[in-house]
Amino acid sequence: MLELKHVSFSVDGDAASQKEILKDISLSVGDRRFLVITGPNGGGKSTLAKVIAGIEKPGAGSILLDGEDITSLPVHERANRGMSYAFQQPVRFKGLTVRDLLELAVKDSQTDRPLSDYLCDVGLCAPDYIDREVNASLSGGEIKRIEIAMAMARKSKLTIFDEPEAGIDLWSFNNLIDIFKRLREESGGSIIIISHQERILEIADEIVVLSGGEITAQGNREEILPRLLTGEHCGFCPMQKGDA
Amino acid sequence: MNSITEKLLDMISDYKGKFVGAFNIREDSQCAGRQSSEHIKIESKTDKPGIDILVDPGTKGETVYIPACITHSDVDDLVYNDFYIGEGADVTVVAGCGVHTDGEERSQHNGIHRFFIEKGARVLYLEKHVGTGGGTGERLINPETYAEIAEDGYMEMNTTQIKGVDSTNRQTKAVLQKGAKLIVKEKIMTDGHQVAETNFDVDLNGEDSGVHLVSRSVAKGWSHQVFRSVINGNTRCSGHSECDAIIMDNGVVSAIPELTAHDVDAALIHEAAIGKIAGEQITKLMTLGLSEQQAEEKIIQGFLK
Repeated sequence: MLELKHVSFSVDGDAASQKEILKDISLSVGDRRFLVITGPNGGGKSTLAKVIAGIEKPGAGSILLDGEDITSLPVHERANRGMSYAFQQPVRFKGLTVRDLLELAVKDSQTDRPLSDYLCDVGLCAPDYIDREVNASLSGGEIKRIEIAMAMARKSKLTIFDEPEAGIDLWSFNNLIDIFKRLREESGGSIIIISHQERILEIADEIVVLSGGEITAQGNREEILPRLLTGEHCGFCPMQKGDA
Repeated sequence: MNSITEKLLDMISDYKGKFVGAFNIREDSQCAGRQSSEHIKIESKTDKPGIDILVDPGTKGETVYIPACITHSDVDDLVYNDFYIGEGADVTVVAGCGVHTDGEERSQHNGIHRFFIEKGARVLYLEKHVGTGGGTGERLINPETYAEIAEDGYMEMNTTQIKGVDSTNRQTKAVLQKGAKLIVKEKIMTDGHQVAETNFDVDLNGEDSGVHLVSRSVAKGWSHQVFRSVINGNTRCSGHSECDAIIMDNGVVSAIPELTAHDVDAALIHEAAIGKIAGEQITKLMTLGLSEQQAEEKIIQGFLK
């Protein structure tokens, strides 16, 4: 499905100020897998998600989707090859409505489920939201749920969620977990989620720990999660290696 | 009426072969069709070009159409249309203007509309402007709107200019009495070397009167737009003006507010935001499969919807 080979990414600057955000990342995500990428803030998780989606270009390495090298492909061509990306901080538009965006998200509005169903799935009352502008009048939680509904409507073979729980209230969080469970069962695609939430980690097939731009742990949930929960996570931090 | 007029009518007033109810079609400075209804009378002025539209008190749910079309070059049209909206009426006025030039000479339409809205009456005023034709002659449309809104009267003006008009100078003046409300929603897109100037001048004279002016515009190419909003709060009232503009290529937009409060209870606000399309908006639509150009078009389409 998805393969990253020796991917690196640095922020611009002169040689002295250049900062390496991702360092030689190699990663493989199989078909129908549910991968959660976790790790400390500033570890490079969101950057990795953006590099996969094509929003950021890696300085080195390659990205393959179903065996095709997509490293140089722009965002929309990756999207049209079956990749979806839900923003950590969803974008607001003056004028475009929830309906406009959902119509873009579904591949065929004639044969797809009614658009309102996707809003119901994320706990929004469809008649109240379907014709609202996706603008500043929506709360952080509302726009986040709309973002997730869009990602669901695309039914992609690879869907990337960057911290989907951010901005979601506790009451809605249970619903969010159910959404991911259902998405995993129904979409038939692979899912990558950037998250710190234990309950999201609990439904993962695999967990990757990214710290200081490097993969410091990777494996099945059963192997990685207990180590994270027992506080061994400090050992994943290169700054603290040897001190723990 | 000629075929160009029919096409223009379709663009500016959703004409589908006929109008239902009262209407007056102006074609190249002449009347190409008129009909009054039981409650809405349309009469020619005797002292200058134009018509009086008389809406009976209490008229509800009727629409009157008064489009103006120019179908060739070298036309200089000037018209005075006065609307008298009776007490308690609630009607829709569909105006709008299309200017078509195929030659080298320019054509222009200057429409001066005055509204006298009586106590408790409500008007929805829809105005679309468009320019068409392959000629090099400029297409000019200069609308002037003047509204006197009596106690508890209401006027909503939706005005749109999407393409083809080389130059426009829009003047809108209004005087509001106690409890009266005015809503203006303006949408303008300019391209090439087109010029658009919009001037609002509103006097809030009655207690609890209010105005809400919203302009959304897109300036492409080398086009230039100016938005001026003058709001005078002369008593306890509320006024809000908002200019939201997207600039592309070498487009230029100026927003010039002038708010004057003559009373401590006058609450007046102006907001202006001018800039290019946010990069993250384009990126978001690209993650849904649109190319960069398609994303820009979609954003503009939504912005001016």
